[in-house]
Amino acid sequence: MRNVLSMKSWSPYVVGTGIGILSWFSFVSADHPIGITTAFEYTSALAEKAAVPEVAEPYLADQAEKNRRPKIDWEWMLVVGVFLGAYASSKLSGDRVPDEHVPPLWRWRFGDSTAMRYLGAFAGGFLMMFGARIAQGCTSGHVISGTLQLALASWIFAPTIFIVGIATAFLIYGKEGRAHV
Amino acid sequence: MFDEPNKLVLGLVTGILFGILLQKGQVAKFQKIIGQFLLTDWTALKIMVTAIAVGTFGVNLLIAGGEASLHIQTTALARVLIGGLFFGVGLVIFGLCPGTSVAACGEGKRDALVGVIGMLFGAGTYVAVFSTLEPMMNSMADYGKVTLPEVIGGAPLLWALGLAGVSAGALVVLERLHPHALDASREKVDISR
Repeated sequence: MRNVLSMKSWSPYVVGTGIGILSWFSFVSADHPIGITTAFEYTSALAEKAAVPEVAEPYLADQAEKNRRPKIDWEWMLVVGVFLGAYASSKLSGDRVPDEHVPPLWRWRFGDSTAMRYLGAFAGGFLMMFGARIAQGCTSGHVISGTLQLALASWIFAPTIFIVGIATAFLIYGKEGRAHV
Repeated sequence: MFDEPNKLVLGLVTGILFGILLQKGQVAKFQKIIGQFLLTDWTALKIMVTAIAVGTFGVNLLIAGGEASLHIQTTALARVLIGGLFFGVGLVIFGLCPGTSVAACGEGKRDALVGVIGMLFGAGTYVAVFSTLEPMMNSMADYGKVTLPEVIGGAPLLWALGLAGVSAGALVVLERLHPHALDASREKVDISR
């Protein structure tokens, strides 16, 4: 086991099969599909409820109508687990590059300013999560968990983000960028 | 405020396994994700197609046997398409998706941590402007919580079998065109930087 965990990478087919089987486990054990972004929505909603309750009010009312209440739940702990699992896995294999804060492709395109990269990461993360909550799912909730339940919404979402993502990537990095990944 | 403790533990265990898989899959990395969108590194798609094919089969079997129930989102076109547009653009600017960004934080990447903070602000903004967004999110047709078998016909298990077959075929072709060994050698270059 230790030996397997000390490997830097596993075949994508092994990893994919593992994630597929993990989805069976999540359905059987918790009757819950794997997802990430509802936990972020709940965290922010709880923070706003505490700090500026009037701002969160219409959202909370809508949630209550759907019989839902933001809380620390199964999915919230799943997000904590993803962090811990990746931490342990990267520690055991030594797959950590602590001083690399600007990825090589980004550096090639935007220079080695850490501030610039952080700004991009913040803005990108912001837009991505805003979109995920409008769409009610992300790469986990829609593209994996939704499609494997054969949900129509997810089978529309998955090709949408791939097409938009490819267009955005070529717009930002162009064909020349391909030599730097 | 909190779910029952056993649910919390189950979530944590599922998350730890998911985090290990994402990290070993090498997809908690900017270079891998953007490499996929630039169509040079196919690791992410290989993982996803495999996961979906395997997952579809098991989960639909469980649902048919009454061991699990469907948990799907409504097909509100405006939500899916407009949300997908924001999501795709943001994902490529950041270079990590929600799950892989949390895993990248576990790997110790500081830019991923900054992105995750941005994600919390993005979620907070959604909550804060929810009532303003509602008309936009309801601006197109909503076909409800439906599945492909319900819309097109056929048994879910037949769909699962078909999907497994098509996925296997597509992966064989993809592996021939873009062998994993080449993607893996790319990895070593990244790590040595």
